[in-house]
Amino acid sequence: MNVLIVSAILGVVMLFSGVLLKQTRIVRAIAIIGMAVLLVINILEISGTSFFNIHTYGMMHFDRFALLFNSIVLFSTLVYFILSAKDMEKVGIHYGEYFALIFFIVCGIVLVASFKSLLILFLGVEIISIPLYILTGSDKKNLKSNEASLKYFLMGAFSTGLMLMGIALIYGATGTFNASEMTFPAARPSILPVAGMLLLLFSMAFKVSAAPFHFWTPDVYDGAPTVFTSFMATIVKAAVFIGFIRLFDEAFGSFNAEWQTWIAVITVITLFIGNITAVFQQSVKRMLAYSSIAQAGFMLLAVYAMNTDAKEGILLYTAAYCLATIGIFAVLAKMSDYTFEGFNGMARQQPMIALLTTIFFLSLAGIPLTAGFLAKFYMLKAALGAGGSLWVVIFAVLMAAVSVWYYFRVIQAMYFKDGQATVQVSPFFKWTLAVLAAVVILLGIFPNLLLYWYYF
Amino acid sequence: MPINYYIFLAISLFCIGIVGVLTRRNAIIIFMCIELMLNAVNLLLVAFSKMHHLNGMAQGNPAAGTDGQLFVFFIMVVAAAEVSVGLAIIVMMYRNIHSVDVNFLNRLKH
Repeated sequence: MNVLIVSAILGVVMLFSGVLLKQTRIVRAIAIIGMAVLLVINILEISGTSFFNIHTYGMMHFDRFALLFNSIVLFSTLVYFILSAKDMEKVGIHYGEYFALIFFIVCGIVLVASFKSLLILFLGVEIISIPLYILTGSDKKNLKSNEASLKYFLMGAFSTGLMLMGIALIYGATGTFNASEMTFPAARPSILPVAGMLLLLFSMAFKVSAAPFHFWTPDVYDGAPTVFTSFMATIVKAAVFIGFIRLFDEAFGSFNAEWQTWIAVITVITLFIGNITAVFQQSVKRMLAYSSIAQAGFMLLAVYAMNTDAKEGILLYTAAYCLATIGIFAVLAKMSDYTFEGFNGMARQQPMIALLTTIFFLSLAGIPLTAGFLAKFYMLKAALGAGGSLWVVIFAVLMAAVSVWYYFRVIQAMYFKDGQATVQVSPFFKWTLAVLAAVVILLGIFPNLLLYWYYF
Repeated sequence: MPINYYIFLAISLFCIGIVGVLTRRNAIIIFMCIELMLNAVNLLLVAFSKMHHLNGMAQGNPAAGTDGQLFVFFIMVVAAAEVSVGLAIIVMMYRNIHSVDVNFLNRLKH
């Protein structure tokens, strides 16, 4: 509750500071300090200090899972602000508003992560989506940005329609919006709740860009300004995943026989399309968009398994994926050429940046000693624990091997090809990136540093 | 009246909306079809709300079913917010290419 309220207030503060303050440096400082404050008060809430005691009538539930996820999100956003906030100046003149929208998105993330009532889930998803439509189209003169924005908007509104229909049908069948009070006839559910559940499944698959509902993703991620792609491909996607998991755990946990096969099929298609299409991309930004689809396939394994390992795993996966991808996008935003050739010879020009980027790519590919490896390991372990799903696990491992191919193409370009990769970075940026890489490796060796907080 | 009639009406409206979104090429008309989908949901929610209310009254729970009507108000508010952002995006697009035809949207694929 702390983060929800303070984040909304900070959004308004940023709105005014964008109008009143002329110097972007001060606006940026307020945003970074604000995000740090959010992180601190969230950790205070984990340790039992809540500043606001508001009765939500059972609509929200701030359990440890939600609070820990909020901490990961806030930490990632803080890192994202420190690394990429300067690049937002290039997008347009409304500097303060961009931060304000991101603070509002954080509100939505908190709602989605801690919903009990489907009303809150709907509101949270919309509060995440609507500012994102604006951020996608924030480069107003750029036609690609416009197109991406319109496409994202139409697809997002359409999937919202599906989600609402699903909620309405489920309300009709159960008479409640509260996820944990829903009772379904166990033996043979009627058409109403099953249709509602499927519509909700499809709309959530839309939002997390799982195949076959992924077709908007590459275009939108490619067209949006790179700094904002970074945010929506990582933090927002992970947040919708948490909503996905909570929904199917609490509301539909009792009739998982109906949806588990659907999820397995969606997982396999997502892994296949994401990884295979990423191999053929020419632009690193577009490759990362497909890679985010592939990673969503791995995260779907958690929805499929739905056990304790899956919940630990999704937290670790969120941290590993968000931190590594934010690092890569931060470097990408500093570059002028987004093709693979643009990375040629970076090891010679900027040895430290090249090394750190390599660590992030290794983590995404799931090489041991990085956080990405353990995250993938937890996912596979959870899927095995769910029982009777060996073929999904084998397929996921095969696809992880394919993913090495396209991640290593960038590393190969940086180290083994000659060229003039131009990337202008400050020493501060370099050291922040180094700390981020250190966190990625640290989580890969001691995942309990994070998972400890889930239990104690 | 049985609840089935309301369900069929709402589902028909919803399907008209979906077909419109998938087949029309004008961004504004697609947008209208999305609104039609949302309004079909509103209608269905109100019908279910009434149904649950009558069931609840029979069991001595007069507050049953009110949450469905509350949800409708939230959908209206969110739809209004979505309209304001969506029309702004369409206007921004129109300023650049002087058209609201979504066939222009395939320029990103390369």
